[in-house]
Amino acid sequence: MKKLAIGIYVAITAALLVWGFYQAVFVAPADAMQGEVYRIIFYHVPSASVAFLFFAISLIGSIGFLALRRNQAGRAQAADAWALAGAEVGVVFCTVVLITGPIWGRRAWGIWWTWDARLTTTLVLWLIYVSYLLLRRFVAGPQMQTLAAVLGIFGALDVPIVYMSNRWWRTQHPAPVFGGDSSSGMDPAMVKALMWNMGAWLAWGLLILFLRYRVERQHQKFAERDAMEALEA
Amino acid sequence: MTSALWSHLVKDLRIEWRSREAVNSMLFFALLVVVLFSLAFSPRGAFSQEISGGVICVATLFASMSALNQAWAREIRHQVLDAQRMAPTPGADLFLAKVLANFLFVSIVQLVLAPVFLVFYNLRVEGQAWMLALVLPLGTWALVANGTFFAALSIRSRNRELLLPLILFPIFMPALLAMVLATGSILTGDGDPTLWIKLLAGYDIIFTTVSLLLFDVVLHAE
Repeated sequence: MKKLAIGIYVAITAALLVWGFYQAVFVAPADAMQGEVYRIIFYHVPSASVAFLFFAISLIGSIGFLALRRNQAGRAQAADAWALAGAEVGVVFCTVVLITGPIWGRRAWGIWWTWDARLTTTLVLWLIYVSYLLLRRFVAGPQMQTLAAVLGIFGALDVPIVYMSNRWWRTQHPAPVFGGDSSSGMDPAMVKALMWNMGAWLAWGLLILFLRYRVERQHQKFAERDAMEALEA
Repeated sequence: MTSALWSHLVKDLRIEWRSREAVNSMLFFALLVVVLFSLAFSPRGAFSQEISGGVICVATLFASMSALNQAWAREIRHQVLDAQRMAPTPGADLFLAKVLANFLFVSIVQLVLAPVFLVFYNLRVEGQAWMLALVLPLGTWALVANGTFFAALSIRSRNRELLLPLILFPIFMPALLAMVLATGSILTGDGDPTLWIKLLAGYDIIFTTVSLLLFDVVLHAE
Protein backbone atom coordinates (compact mmCIF):
# COMPACT_ATOMS: atom_id res chain seq x y z
CA MET A 1 0.00 0.00 0.00
CA LYS A 2 2.78 2.36 1.00
CA LYS A 3 4.74 1.44 -2.11
CA LEU A 4 1.69 2.07 -4.27
CA ALA A 5 1.21 5.53 -2.73
CA ILE A 6 4.85 6.41 -3.36
CA GLY A 7 4.57 5.10 -6.93
CA ILE A 8 1.51 7.25 -7.59
CA TYR A 9 3.27 10.27 -6.10
CA VAL A 10 6.32 9.69 -8.32
CA ALA A 11 4.08 9.38 -11.41
CA ILE A 12 2.24 12.62 -10.53
CA THR A 13 5.55 14.42 -9.96
CA ALA A 14 6.92 13.25 -13.30
CA ALA A 15 3.74 14.34 -15.07
CA LEU A 16 3.88 17.74 -13.34
CA LEU A 17 7.51 18.22 -14.38
CA VAL A 18 6.69 17.42 -18.02
CA TRP A 19 3.63 19.68 -17.97
CA GLY A 20 5.62 22.45 -16.26
CA PHE A 21 8.32 22.20 -18.92
CA TYR A 22 5.70 22.39 -21.67
CA GLN A 23 4.10 25.45 -20.06
CA ALA A 24 7.44 27.17 -19.53
CA VAL A 25 8.92 26.58 -22.96
CA PHE A 26 5.96 26.40 -25.37
CA VAL A 27 2.97 28.14 -23.78
CA ALA A 28 4.32 31.18 -21.93
CA PRO A 29 4.92 34.10 -24.32
CA ALA A 30 8.36 35.64 -24.81
CA ASP A 31 9.08 38.64 -22.61
CA ALA A 32 8.59 42.10 -24.13
CA MET A 33 11.96 43.35 -22.91
CA GLN A 34 14.12 40.28 -22.44
CA GLY A 35 12.94 37.88 -25.12
CA GLU A 36 13.47 34.19 -24.48
CA VAL A 37 16.13 34.34 -21.78
CA TYR A 38 13.60 35.27 -19.11
CA ARG A 39 12.35 31.66 -19.15
CA ILE A 40 15.10 30.83 -16.66
CA ILE A 41 12.73 32.34 -14.10
CA PHE A 42 10.63 29.16 -14.33
CA TYR A 43 13.55 27.22 -12.86
CA HIS A 44 15.31 29.91 -10.85
CA VAL A 45 12.38 31.08 -8.72
CA PRO A 46 10.92 27.63 -7.89
CA SER A 47 14.37 26.33 -6.92
CA ALA A 48 14.95 29.34 -4.68
CA SER A 49 11.57 28.89 -2.97
CA VAL A 50 12.17 25.18 -2.43
CA ALA A 51 15.70 25.82 -1.11
CA PHE A 52 14.48 28.38 1.42
CA LEU A 53 11.63 26.09 2.49
CA PHE A 54 14.05 23.20 3.05
CA PHE A 55 16.47 25.33 5.03
CA ALA A 56 13.51 26.27 7.22
CA ILE A 57 12.73 22.55 7.65
CA SER A 58 16.37 22.01 8.60
CA LEU A 59 16.15 24.75 11.24
CA ILE A 60 12.98 23.24 12.72
CA GLY A 61 14.70 19.84 12.76
CA SER A 62 17.71 21.31 14.58
CA ILE A 63 15.57 23.01 17.21
CA GLY A 64 13.48 19.86 17.57
CA PHE A 65 16.58 17.75 18.10
CA LEU A 66 17.91 20.01 20.83
CA ALA A 67 14.53 20.15 22.56
CA LEU A 68 13.83 16.41 22.43
CA ARG A 69 17.26 14.82 22.82
CA ARG A 70 17.04 14.36 26.60
CA ASN A 71 13.55 12.93 26.97
CA GLN A 72 12.49 11.44 23.65
CA ALA A 73 15.54 9.99 21.96
CA GLY A 74 13.57 8.33 19.15
CA ARG A 75 11.82 11.51 18.07
CA ALA A 76 15.05 13.46 18.42
CA GLN A 77 16.69 11.09 15.93
CA ALA A 78 13.85 11.73 13.48
CA ALA A 79 14.24 15.49 13.96
CA ASP A 80 17.96 15.18 13.27
CA ALA A 81 17.25 13.22 10.10
CA TRP A 82 14.92 16.02 8.94
CA ALA A 83 17.60 18.60 9.76
CA LEU A 84 20.17 16.73 7.68
CA ALA A 85 17.80 16.02 4.78
CA GLY A 86 16.61 19.65 4.69
CA ALA A 87 20.15 21.01 4.67
CA GLU A 88 21.46 18.58 2.08
CA VAL A 89 18.60 18.81 -0.43
CA GLY A 90 18.39 22.56 0.26
CA VAL A 91 22.05 22.94 -0.73
CA VAL A 92 21.35 21.12 -4.01
CA PHE A 93 18.45 23.44 -4.87
CA CYS A 94 20.44 26.45 -3.74
CA THR A 95 23.21 25.36 -6.12
CA VAL A 96 20.69 25.34 -8.96
CA VAL A 97 19.70 28.90 -8.00
CA LEU A 98 23.33 30.02 -7.93
CA ILE A 99 23.98 28.49 -11.37
CA THR A 100 20.83 29.66 -13.18
CA GLY A 101 21.12 33.18 -11.72
CA PRO A 102 24.44 34.14 -13.35
CA ILE A 103 23.38 32.59 -16.68
CA TRP A 104 20.41 34.93 -16.74
CA GLY A 105 22.38 37.83 -15.32
CA ARG A 106 24.99 37.61 -18.08
CA ARG A 107 22.28 38.30 -20.68
CA ALA A 108 20.03 40.65 -18.73
CA TRP A 109 22.56 42.72 -16.76
CA GLY A 110 25.66 42.08 -18.87
CA ILE A 111 27.53 40.71 -15.83
CA TRP A 112 27.73 37.26 -14.29
CA TRP A 113 27.66 38.30 -10.68
CA THR A 114 27.12 41.31 -8.46
CA TRP A 115 27.37 41.68 -4.69
CA ASP A 116 23.72 42.55 -4.27
CA ALA A 117 21.56 41.82 -1.21
CA ARG A 118 19.75 38.76 -2.47
CA LEU A 119 22.68 37.29 -4.39
CA THR A 120 25.04 37.67 -1.46
CA THR A 121 22.47 36.33 1.00
CA THR A 122 21.87 33.26 -1.14
CA LEU A 123 25.60 32.68 -1.52
CA VAL A 124 26.27 33.09 2.20
CA LEU A 125 23.31 30.83 2.96
CA TRP A 126 24.82 28.22 0.66
CA LEU A 127 28.22 28.59 2.36
CA ILE A 128 26.67 28.27 5.82
CA TYR A 129 24.83 25.06 4.97
CA VAL A 130 27.87 23.59 3.21
CA SER A 131 29.83 24.27 6.41
CA TYR A 132 27.00 22.58 8.33
CA LEU A 133 27.35 19.49 6.14
CA LEU A 134 31.14 19.60 6.56
CA LEU A 135 30.74 19.67 10.34
CA ARG A 136 28.57 16.59 10.14
CA ARG A 137 31.34 14.84 8.22
CA PHE A 138 34.18 15.96 10.45
CA VAL A 139 32.76 15.23 13.89
CA ALA A 140 32.46 11.59 14.88
CA GLY A 141 30.18 9.98 17.42
CA PRO A 142 26.79 10.88 18.86
CA GLN A 143 27.91 14.39 19.90
CA MET A 144 27.91 15.29 16.20
CA GLN A 145 24.13 15.67 16.10
CA THR A 146 24.10 18.12 19.01
CA LEU A 147 26.94 20.20 17.59
CA ALA A 148 25.34 20.22 14.14
CA ALA A 149 22.01 21.35 15.60
CA VAL A 150 23.75 24.25 17.35
CA LEU A 151 25.49 25.29 14.14
CA GLY A 152 22.19 24.98 12.26
CA ILE A 153 20.57 27.47 14.64
CA PHE A 154 23.52 29.88 14.37
CA GLY A 155 23.43 29.68 10.59
CA ALA A 156 19.72 30.42 10.40
CA LEU A 157 20.16 33.40 12.75
CA ASP A 158 22.81 34.80 10.47
CA VAL A 159 20.62 34.89 7.38
CA PRO A 160 18.44 37.94 8.22
CA ILE A 161 21.55 39.85 9.33
CA VAL A 162 23.33 39.07 6.06
CA TYR A 163 20.26 40.16 4.15
CA MET A 164 19.86 43.48 5.98
CA SER A 165 23.56 44.30 5.81
CA ASN A 166 23.64 43.78 2.07
CA ARG A 167 20.40 45.62 1.54
CA TRP A 168 21.93 48.69 3.15
CA TRP A 169 25.03 48.17 1.10
CA ARG A 170 23.67 47.81 -2.42
CA THR A 171 20.84 46.20 -4.31
CA GLN A 172 20.60 45.27 -7.94
CA HIS A 173 18.40 42.17 -8.06
CA PRO A 174 15.04 42.87 -9.74
CA ALA A 175 12.46 44.31 -7.36
CA PRO A 176 9.63 41.95 -6.41
CA VAL A 177 7.68 41.15 -9.56
CA PHE A 178 4.47 40.46 -7.68
CA GLY A 179 2.88 42.99 -5.37
CA GLY A 180 5.36 45.70 -6.33
CA ASP A 181 4.38 49.04 -7.86
CA SER A 182 1.89 49.50 -10.74
CA SER A 183 4.43 48.58 -13.43
CA SER A 184 5.10 45.21 -11.80
CA GLY A 185 3.28 42.02 -12.65
CA MET A 186 3.42 39.40 -15.37
CA ASP A 187 1.37 38.20 -18.26
CA PRO A 188 -1.32 35.77 -16.94
CA ALA A 189 0.10 33.00 -19.15
CA MET A 190 3.52 33.52 -17.56
CA VAL A 191 2.04 33.46 -14.06
CA LYS A 192 0.27 30.21 -14.88
CA ALA A 193 3.46 28.65 -16.21
CA LEU A 194 5.38 29.84 -13.14
CA MET A 195 2.78 28.35 -10.79
CA TRP A 196 2.86 24.99 -12.57
CA ASN A 197 6.64 24.94 -12.30
CA MET A 198 6.51 25.97 -8.65
CA GLY A 199 4.18 23.03 -7.94
CA ALA A 200 6.23 20.61 -10.03
CA TRP A 201 9.57 21.47 -8.46
CA LEU A 202 8.09 21.52 -4.99
CA ALA A 203 6.67 18.02 -5.55
CA TRP A 204 10.03 16.85 -6.89
CA GLY A 205 11.93 18.47 -4.02
CA LEU A 206 9.64 16.91 -1.41
CA LEU A 207 10.15 13.51 -3.02
CA ILE A 208 13.95 13.83 -2.81
CA LEU A 209 13.69 15.23 0.72
CA PHE A 210 11.56 12.29 1.81
CA LEU A 211 13.93 9.77 0.21
CA ARG A 212 16.93 11.40 1.87
CA TYR A 213 15.09 11.30 5.19
CA ARG A 214 14.34 7.59 4.75
CA VAL A 215 17.98 6.85 3.91
CA GLU A 216 19.17 8.70 7.02
CA ARG A 217 16.64 6.86 9.21
CA GLN A 218 17.88 3.52 7.85
CA HIS A 219 21.42 4.67 8.48
CA GLN A 220 20.55 5.52 12.10
CA LYS A 221 18.89 2.12 12.55
CA PHE A 222 21.94 0.25 11.29
CA ALA A 223 24.25 2.34 13.45
CA GLU A 224 22.08 1.56 16.47
CA ARG A 225 22.03 -2.16 15.68
CA ASP A 226 25.82 -2.20 15.25
CA ALA A 227 26.20 -0.49 18.60
CA MET A 228 23.89 -3.04 20.26
CA GLU A 229 25.76 -5.95 18.69
CA ALA A 230 29.07 -4.52 19.85
CA LEU A 231 27.65 -4.22 23.37
CA GLU A 232 26.37 -7.81 23.41
CA ALA A 233 29.62 -9.19 22.03
CA MET B 1 31.21 39.27 37.77
CA THR B 2 31.11 35.88 39.46
CA SER B 3 34.13 34.37 41.15
CA ALA B 4 34.19 31.41 38.72
CA LEU B 5 34.43 33.78 35.77
CA TRP B 6 37.13 35.76 37.51
CA SER B 7 39.27 32.72 38.33
CA HIS B 8 38.98 31.39 34.75
CA LEU B 9 40.00 34.78 33.42
CA VAL B 10 42.93 35.18 35.81
CA LYS B 11 44.13 31.67 34.96
CA ASP B 12 44.03 32.34 31.20
CA LEU B 13 45.77 35.69 31.57
CA ARG B 14 48.45 34.18 33.79
CA ILE B 15 49.16 31.36 31.33
CA GLU B 16 49.42 33.89 28.53
CA TRP B 17 51.62 36.21 30.59
CA ARG B 18 54.07 33.37 31.23
CA SER B 19 54.15 31.87 27.76
CA ARG B 20 53.08 34.79 25.51
CA GLU B 21 52.25 32.15 22.89
CA ALA B 22 48.98 33.56 21.59
CA VAL B 23 49.93 37.23 21.36
CA ASN B 24 53.36 36.60 19.84
CA SER B 25 52.15 34.17 17.19
CA MET B 26 49.20 36.42 16.32
CA LEU B 27 51.39 39.50 16.08
CA PHE B 28 53.87 37.89 13.76
CA PHE B 29 51.16 36.30 11.66
CA ALA B 30 49.22 39.57 11.31
CA LEU B 31 52.42 41.37 10.39
CA LEU B 32 53.06 38.78 7.69
CA VAL B 33 49.55 39.21 6.29
CA VAL B 34 49.97 43.00 6.19
CA VAL B 35 53.30 42.67 4.39
CA LEU B 36 51.97 40.05 1.97
CA PHE B 37 48.98 42.20 1.06
CA SER B 38 51.14 45.23 0.54
CA LEU B 39 53.46 43.23 -1.75
CA ALA B 40 50.52 41.74 -3.64
CA PHE B 41 48.64 45.01 -4.21
CA SER B 42 51.48 47.59 -3.89
CA PRO B 43 49.04 50.11 -2.39
CA ARG B 44 49.62 53.79 -3.07
CA GLY B 45 47.64 57.00 -2.48
CA ALA B 46 43.86 56.85 -2.63
CA PHE B 47 43.86 53.14 -3.48
CA SER B 48 45.75 52.34 -0.30
CA GLN B 49 43.18 54.35 1.73
CA GLU B 50 40.38 52.33 0.15
CA ILE B 51 41.71 48.82 0.68
CA SER B 52 43.42 49.27 4.04
CA GLY B 53 40.18 48.88 6.02
CA GLY B 54 39.66 45.47 4.47
CA VAL B 55 43.30 44.45 4.91
CA ILE B 56 43.40 45.19 8.64
CA CYS B 57 40.14 43.34 9.26
CA VAL B 58 41.20 40.28 7.27
CA ALA B 59 44.66 40.31 8.91
CA THR B 60 43.01 40.29 12.35
CA LEU B 61 40.65 37.55 11.26
CA PHE B 62 43.41 35.25 10.00
CA ALA B 63 45.71 35.96 12.90
CA SER B 64 43.07 35.27 15.54
CA MET B 65 42.52 31.74 14.21
CA SER B 66 45.71 30.48 15.88
CA ALA B 67 44.82 31.99 19.26
CA LEU B 68 41.24 30.72 19.12
CA ASN B 69 42.35 27.20 18.32
CA GLN B 70 44.89 27.37 21.14
CA ALA B 71 42.29 28.59 23.62
CA TRP B 72 40.58 25.21 23.93
CA ALA B 73 43.41 22.95 22.84
CA ARG B 74 45.08 23.94 26.11
CA GLU B 75 42.08 22.63 28.06
CA ILE B 76 42.16 19.24 26.37
CA ARG B 77 45.57 18.30 27.75
CA HIS B 78 45.36 16.38 31.02
CA GLN B 79 41.55 16.14 30.60
CA VAL B 80 41.03 19.64 31.97
CA LEU B 81 37.93 20.03 29.85
CA ASP B 82 36.32 16.96 31.42
CA ALA B 83 37.01 18.47 34.82
CA GLN B 84 35.42 21.73 33.66
CA ARG B 85 32.33 19.78 32.64
CA MET B 86 31.99 18.27 36.07
CA ALA B 87 32.56 21.57 37.87
CA PRO B 88 29.34 22.88 39.44
CA THR B 89 29.65 26.30 37.76
CA PRO B 90 27.66 27.40 34.71
CA GLY B 91 29.44 26.93 31.37
CA ALA B 92 28.62 30.54 30.51
CA ASP B 93 31.25 31.69 33.03
CA LEU B 94 33.94 29.61 31.39
CA PHE B 95 32.90 30.82 27.95
CA LEU B 96 32.77 34.49 28.91
CA ALA B 97 36.18 34.31 30.59
CA LYS B 98 37.71 32.80 27.46
CA VAL B 99 36.08 35.46 25.30
CA LEU B 100 37.35 38.28 27.52
CA ALA B 101 40.89 36.88 27.56
CA ASN B 102 40.99 36.42 23.79
CA PHE B 103 39.41 39.81 23.25
CA LEU B 104 42.24 41.33 25.23
CA PHE B 105 44.88 39.42 23.23
CA VAL B 106 43.46 40.40 19.84
CA SER B 107 43.06 44.02 20.94
CA ILE B 108 46.71 44.16 22.02
CA VAL B 109 47.71 42.81 18.62
CA GLN B 110 45.63 45.48 16.90
CA LEU B 111 47.11 48.25 19.01
CA VAL B 112 50.67 47.15 18.30
CA LEU B 113 49.96 46.60 14.64
CA ALA B 114 48.19 49.93 14.02
CA PRO B 115 51.34 52.12 13.77
CA VAL B 116 53.09 49.57 11.54
CA PHE B 117 50.05 49.53 9.36
CA LEU B 118 49.86 53.32 9.11
CA VAL B 119 53.51 53.39 8.01
CA PHE B 120 53.35 50.57 5.46
CA TYR B 121 50.20 51.86 3.78
CA ASN B 122 51.00 55.58 4.17
CA LEU B 123 47.61 56.16 5.75
CA ARG B 124 45.95 59.34 6.92
CA VAL B 125 42.68 59.11 8.80
CA GLU B 126 40.37 61.44 6.85
CA GLY B 127 37.20 60.78 8.85
CA GLN B 128 36.61 60.86 12.58
CA ALA B 129 39.45 58.83 14.07
CA TRP B 130 37.76 58.32 17.46
CA MET B 131 35.15 56.17 15.74
CA LEU B 132 37.84 53.56 15.11
CA ALA B 133 37.90 53.08 18.88
CA LEU B 134 34.28 51.97 18.53
CA VAL B 135 34.45 49.96 15.32
CA LEU B 136 37.52 47.84 16.03
CA PRO B 137 36.47 46.65 19.53
CA LEU B 138 32.94 45.87 18.30
CA GLY B 139 34.28 43.95 15.30
CA THR B 140 36.88 42.17 17.43
CA TRP B 141 34.21 41.19 19.93
CA ALA B 142 32.07 39.73 17.13
CA LEU B 143 35.08 37.75 15.92
CA VAL B 144 36.24 36.56 19.31
CA ALA B 145 32.82 35.71 20.77
CA ASN B 146 31.81 33.63 17.75
CA GLY B 147 35.33 32.30 17.32
CA THR B 148 35.57 31.05 20.91
CA PHE B 149 32.17 29.43 20.61
CA PHE B 150 32.97 27.66 17.35
CA ALA B 151 36.42 26.67 18.57
CA ALA B 152 34.72 24.90 21.48
CA LEU B 153 32.47 23.25 18.92
CA SER B 154 35.25 22.19 16.55
CA ILE B 155 37.67 20.76 19.14
CA ARG B 156 35.38 17.74 19.14
CA SER B 157 36.20 16.97 15.51
CA ARG B 158 38.96 14.85 14.08
CA ASN B 159 40.91 17.69 12.41
CA ARG B 160 40.01 20.47 14.78
CA GLU B 161 42.40 23.16 13.56
CA LEU B 162 40.97 22.89 10.07
CA LEU B 163 37.30 22.98 10.97
CA LEU B 164 37.22 26.26 12.91
CA PRO B 165 37.74 28.65 9.97
CA LEU B 166 35.42 26.56 7.80
CA ILE B 167 32.46 27.05 10.13
CA LEU B 168 33.40 30.48 11.52
CA PHE B 169 33.98 32.41 8.29
CA PRO B 170 30.49 31.99 6.75
CA ILE B 171 28.77 33.04 10.00
CA PHE B 172 31.18 35.95 10.49
CA MET B 173 30.61 37.43 7.01
CA PRO B 174 28.02 40.13 7.85
CA ALA B 175 30.17 41.37 10.74
CA LEU B 176 33.25 41.40 8.50
CA LEU B 177 31.33 43.39 5.89
CA ALA B 178 30.16 45.92 8.47
CA MET B 179 33.65 46.18 9.98
CA VAL B 180 35.36 46.65 6.61
CA LEU B 181 32.86 49.24 5.40
CA ALA B 182 32.96 51.18 8.67
CA THR B 183 36.78 51.26 8.85
CA GLY B 184 36.95 52.09 5.16
CA SER B 185 34.56 55.00 5.48
CA ILE B 186 36.44 56.35 8.54
CA LEU B 187 39.80 56.13 6.76
CA THR B 188 38.62 57.70 3.51
CA GLY B 189 36.17 60.14 5.11
CA ASP B 190 33.44 59.16 2.61
CA GLY B 191 30.03 58.23 3.91
CA ASP B 192 28.74 57.74 7.42
CA PRO B 193 29.83 54.67 9.38
CA THR B 194 27.06 54.98 12.03
CA LEU B 195 24.80 52.46 10.33
CA TRP B 196 27.59 49.86 10.24
CA ILE B 197 28.48 50.49 13.87
CA LYS B 198 24.84 49.85 14.77
CA LEU B 199 24.84 46.67 12.72
CA LEU B 200 28.01 45.49 14.47
CA ALA B 201 26.50 46.25 17.87
CA GLY B 202 23.34 44.33 16.94
CA TYR B 203 25.38 41.41 15.67
CA ASP B 204 27.41 41.36 18.89
CA ILE B 205 24.33 41.42 21.10
CA ILE B 206 22.48 38.70 19.18
CA PHE B 207 25.37 36.27 18.83
CA THR B 208 26.81 36.79 22.31
CA THR B 209 23.39 36.09 23.82
CA VAL B 210 22.85 32.96 21.74
CA SER B 211 26.39 31.76 22.47
CA LEU B 212 25.87 32.18 26.21
CA LEU B 213 22.57 30.32 26.01
CA LEU B 214 23.87 27.44 23.90
CA PHE B 215 27.35 27.07 25.36
CA ASP B 216 26.27 24.53 27.95
CA VAL B 217 24.78 22.40 25.17
CA VAL B 218 28.12 22.40 23.33
CA LEU B 219 30.18 21.83 26.47
CA HIS B 220 28.08 18.85 27.55
CA ALA B 221 27.45 17.38 24.09
CA GLU B 222 28.01 13.64 24.16
